[in-house]
Amino acid sequence: MGQLVEQVVNGLQLGFVYALIAVGYTMVYGIIKLINFAHGDVIMVGAFVTFFGLVRGIPWPVAILIGMVICAALGVGIERLAYRPLREKGAPRIAALITAIGVSLFIENFASLRIAFGPDYRQFPAMVTRMQWNVFGVTISSIQVLIVSITLVLVLILQLVVYRTKIGKAMRAVALDMDAARLMGINVNMVIAFTFAIGSALAAAAGALLAAAYPQIWPYMGIMPGLKAFTAAVLGGIGSIPGALLGAVLMGQAEVLTAAYITTDFKDAVAFALLILVLLFRPAGLLGKAGPEKV
Amino acid sequence: MATVQKKGFISAGIIVALFVVLYVLRQQGVISTYWGMILDLALITTTSAMGLSLIYGFAGQFSLGHAAFYGIGAYVAAFITKSFGGTTLNFAIALAAGALAAAVVAFLIGLPILRLRSDYLGIATLGFGVIVKVFFDNSDKVSKLFGGSMGMTGIPRITTFPWVFWSAVLVILIARNLVNSSHGRACISVREDEVAADIMGIDTTRFKMLAFTLGCAMAGLAGGLYAHLYAFLHPTNFQFLKSFDVLLIVVLGGLGSLTGTVVAGMGVVFLQEILRDVLGQQFLDWRGVVYALVLIVLMILRPQGLMGGWEFSLDRLLPRRTKGGKASGTA
Repeated sequence: MGQLVEQVVNGLQLGFVYALIAVGYTMVYGIIKLINFAHGDVIMVGAFVTFFGLVRGIPWPVAILIGMVICAALGVGIERLAYRPLREKGAPRIAALITAIGVSLFIENFASLRIAFGPDYRQFPAMVTRMQWNVFGVTISSIQVLIVSITLVLVLILQLVVYRTKIGKAMRAVALDMDAARLMGINVNMVIAFTFAIGSALAAAAGALLAAAYPQIWPYMGIMPGLKAFTAAVLGGIGSIPGALLGAVLMGQAEVLTAAYITTDFKDAVAFALLILVLLFRPAGLLGKAGPEKV
Repeated sequence: MATVQKKGFISAGIIVALFVVLYVLRQQGVISTYWGMILDLALITTTSAMGLSLIYGFAGQFSLGHAAFYGIGAYVAAFITKSFGGTTLNFAIALAAGALAAAVVAFLIGLPILRLRSDYLGIATLGFGVIVKVFFDNSDKVSKLFGGSMGMTGIPRITTFPWVFWSAVLVILIARNLVNSSHGRACISVREDEVAADIMGIDTTRFKMLAFTLGCAMAGLAGGLYAHLYAFLHPTNFQFLKSFDVLLIVVLGGLGSLTGTVVAGMGVVFLQEILRDVLGQQFLDWRGVVYALVLIVLMILRPQGLMGGWEFSLDRLLPRRTKGGKASGTA
């Protein structure tokens, strides 16, 4: 029993990191219907910026914050340079998707260059002293506490921004109906840029936390977590922030529990099999609303 | 009828002439062994991309799992030649079996998941691709011959230029004839508007399945050729990122254009190799960066793809035009 709870806690740690990433995917998708494949690479950049901060002796909260700011700028830059020109041309959605794949390849390959981060694996320094506590027979590490608390704080802030501020209201309006929002005087491009900034900042934090939990970073580290987080967002119902959180937590549990109790070889497969099954029975995801079909 | 027959002969003549010229150039060493291999790879890539062109370009079914079917074809074909020896007959059987295996798997997975639409279908097929890759990683538990995550070695190296060339021609002909048939029109109508197609009495499920199964069979055939070209298979050759490569070719060429798929398929493979040549050894790291940049810039400048929905046709070149036989429509 104690072991099961421990695994659930491990799954929660992973699920919370996925949640931070999934929120970025789901917000961008909710607004411009684009699977932003470059999002996974923003995670990587966030982890590297935090890494460079830490090795220069900057305290970890500041290092993470710097990473979040730089990645927010990166996200806005990607949107401005790659996606907005396509949107203004009224290009088909698939062109934007291919561009997103292109941006993703670009960031990965550029980061692998010797003049950038270099292709090697690097050891991520410990952000907090490794400690373990025994709570009712369950071992909990300081890193788990760190991950869970940072994620909760960030999600709370996100919730406040989306539901309690003017810009949050504008974001929801644009997600609901972009043209109507534009007619109401909302600066749609600004709102989209803001969405990318928030999503990318959260992804940067996720990158730092991921590196804290699995302390090795390299330019291709963002691909798999990015893919899984996106899958989690679809699982929960893409476009919905609570859905992304739920999907991410389920994804983390599925992955960790499979590895612990069934087989480690197939842990990646199980998460995706779960996704396909859910989609078959609820095509819009767990919390997604299936809109009526327009004819 | 006379013009139609004449055109058929001219097309056949051009294809045979192209084959003879390339074959002789390779025999004489004008095309080096290295560039010959690249040409083979480009044709194999085109064969596989032709499948996705049918699935996505014509039937509008967004698939991000094409590399998985390519891999299934490769592993099945390699297993057969490795077990029974690499004679010509065995190779032909292996290629057919690879294509058939990919088609059967596509049929079984397609039945449930083709009900999903656009991005959801994309993610489901992507997930399927990841699952298949995990199975390749663990394939040594089924048979030691597969090699699992170590990769599969000892495959006879028997893919030759004629095999690759005629497979590509066969696949292109099948695709062209399908697209110009009533079945193909039905597929296009599903792409344009599934609900409207359904109301017009088209069995949308049937035509989605047709395009998906046939397209995946083409990927399986290409996979078999690939396996026997490099004589080595590794699960990472078939991971989901490789599906993006194929999608990229189809979109870059222009959705709904077979000509575009051929041009982009050959072009992308050669571009990567030419970049290797031009950049030289010390700049090899830059190859991925330049490739990605070319991709982004091309998409921003020409979002409809290089060819749009345009098709190459002899009708344009011959003075007497018969009724337009070209596929129409942009996505």
